[in-house]
Amino acid sequence: MSASAMTTVGAAVAVDARDPGTRRRRRLPFSPWHLLLAPLAAGFALPLVWLIVSSVMSDAEINRFPPALWPHGIDLGGYRYVLGNAMFPRWFLNSCVVAAVAVASNLVLGALGGYAFARMRFAGSRLLLGLMLATMAVPFQLTMIPTFLVMKWLGLIDTLGALIVPSLVTPFAVFLFRQFFLSLPRELEEAAWIDGCSRLRVLVSIVAPLARPALATVAVLTFLTTWNDLSWPLIAINHDAQYTLQLGLTTFQGQHHTKWSAVMAGNVITVLPVLLAFLFAQKTFIQSLTTSGLKG
Amino acid sequence: MRTTGQRTPRPLTLDPDPARDPDRAARVARRRRARGETATAWAFVGPAVLVIIGLGVVPLLWSLLLSFRADDLVTPGRWVGLDNYHALTKDPAFRTAVKNTLVYTGVYVPLSLAAGLALALALNRRIHLVGLYRTLVFIPFVVSATAQGVLFSFIFDPDFGVANALLHHIGISPQGFLDDPGQALSVLLLISLWSGIGFCVIVYLAALQDQPAELVESARLDGANRRQVLRHVTLPSLTPVTVFLVLWQFITALQVFDLVYVTTKGGPLGATTVIVYFVWEQAFQNFTAGYGAAAAYVLAVGLIAAAVVLRLYRRPRGRTASTALLDNGVEHGGGVSR
Repeated sequence: MSASAMTTVGAAVAVDARDPGTRRRRRLPFSPWHLLLAPLAAGFALPLVWLIVSSVMSDAEINRFPPALWPHGIDLGGYRYVLGNAMFPRWFLNSCVVAAVAVASNLVLGALGGYAFARMRFAGSRLLLGLMLATMAVPFQLTMIPTFLVMKWLGLIDTLGALIVPSLVTPFAVFLFRQFFLSLPRELEEAAWIDGCSRLRVLVSIVAPLARPALATVAVLTFLTTWNDLSWPLIAINHDAQYTLQLGLTTFQGQHHTKWSAVMAGNVITVLPVLLAFLFAQKTFIQSLTTSGLKG
Repeated sequence: MRTTGQRTPRPLTLDPDPARDPDRAARVARRRRARGETATAWAFVGPAVLVIIGLGVVPLLWSLLLSFRADDLVTPGRWVGLDNYHALTKDPAFRTAVKNTLVYTGVYVPLSLAAGLALALALNRRIHLVGLYRTLVFIPFVVSATAQGVLFSFIFDPDFGVANALLHHIGISPQGFLDDPGQALSVLLLISLWSGIGFCVIVYLAALQDQPAELVESARLDGANRRQVLRHVTLPSLTPVTVFLVLWQFITALQVFDLVYVTTKGGPLGATTVIVYFVWEQAFQNFTAGYGAAAAYVLAVGLIAAAVVLRLYRRPRGRTASTALLDNGVEHGGGVSR
């Protein structure tokens, strides 16, 4: 007897014991979970709040011990310094160019490659797909030295080209598009072929409009990784006119480690585009990251 | 029907009528179409293949070759066989890097998963403001490692940092944080956890929300209490996601570089030198590219070992969503192409 009977009894007792608690909880004007979640969420947000607050502090408020925890007024000296004396506008532009080209080309080349792998038979397709899947798992550190040599051979070191070419298309983008296209019904496309449409025409006017989720995922992940990357620009770029924001920010910090308000202003400029993109397209961001996570 | 000028692609599901469409002509037409198809397909995959082979496969092999050479990337190198690997085993700096990487990974992976799971369970309920809480927990994940590093070097600055100011308020003496060899790695871990937990949270949340509500309901009807439901229904259903996250976080942790570069540059006294930092330093600071490539290959062996261990672990439990998708995709792709 006993074992199962006892767990049943135990469960019954547990239910009884919980009942008054549930009743008491009902009397609170809000769920008690707020008492746990609100401070936790605030804790996660606090460093970013401090980032923004300190970027509008005056040097006098920052450079004393202990530093002020809240500014007396808004001082935009840091932003003025960063936008006037440093090359942040240039770096911002460089980052935008690299990210925009990478996103556009991953969408185009990824979709083309993914479509061919999903729908067309050609010599070597399985071998190529296998190679592509294999390189997906290769960490960047393993290939960075020869990639540097390839870029040097192409004469691209110290230009934005060195940043753009390696991120033109990732195996991940090709694979994601392929998986997505395989999940679409073929009938729509077949009707179009019979009407005499070319493959490209079918892809552009029939498949692509249906592939919006895949396009959004590739765009979001490409933007996030190219905008946030530091290690490759650090290797490929020496001249400060070609810096991206990430590389510029860390160099700027190294040279101005006492001008914290300016460093934080530069930091805000570096983070803001990603934060805004995230806040405006939160659902897409989260779906992209979780689907890539669960399926990749 | 035999008009040769008509080049409309013929759907192969329709049976060609042998009486009106002689075998030979059909075969020629099909072959011509197949040839056209191959050309189109290559035009489609060509650019992607060029970039991925040229900047993925070739560098991978090149790197292996480099690891057997003494090479400074400028003057011609020479073949040294296994000398680089041999030297690595004797290099105390590399040993420190491996040790730091293992400590970092060993703390980061379990803590980020445990905290991520706990937070996801707490956030998986319909209460007011829960959307805001989720956003706030996740937002650090999209902040670049560079920005995190710059921000936290300020927060943990021993003289002007807000961390010491807060400690001062509660009567604790100022700490060295990133300047203290005994604390630097822990501070780095704290920063990585701050940004990395959010990813585990959203992946777990997505899995929890995919879970059929009937499953929990029926367990409750059978008399299970909340803890029992969590232990026997919810947690087992999360196993595939956990396996994925372990692998993902493991790979992320082994490859940590940006944050180290921005905050400590591997210091103080090598306390935060991790393997990738070591590779970068050897290849691009000390110009011993062959030696760096050998170190990178040692890291790669670690990554492969991790992947193999996880694969072995999940085999007896059957195919997970990701492997099923992959296998299925490959089979499917073979089946549908013609």
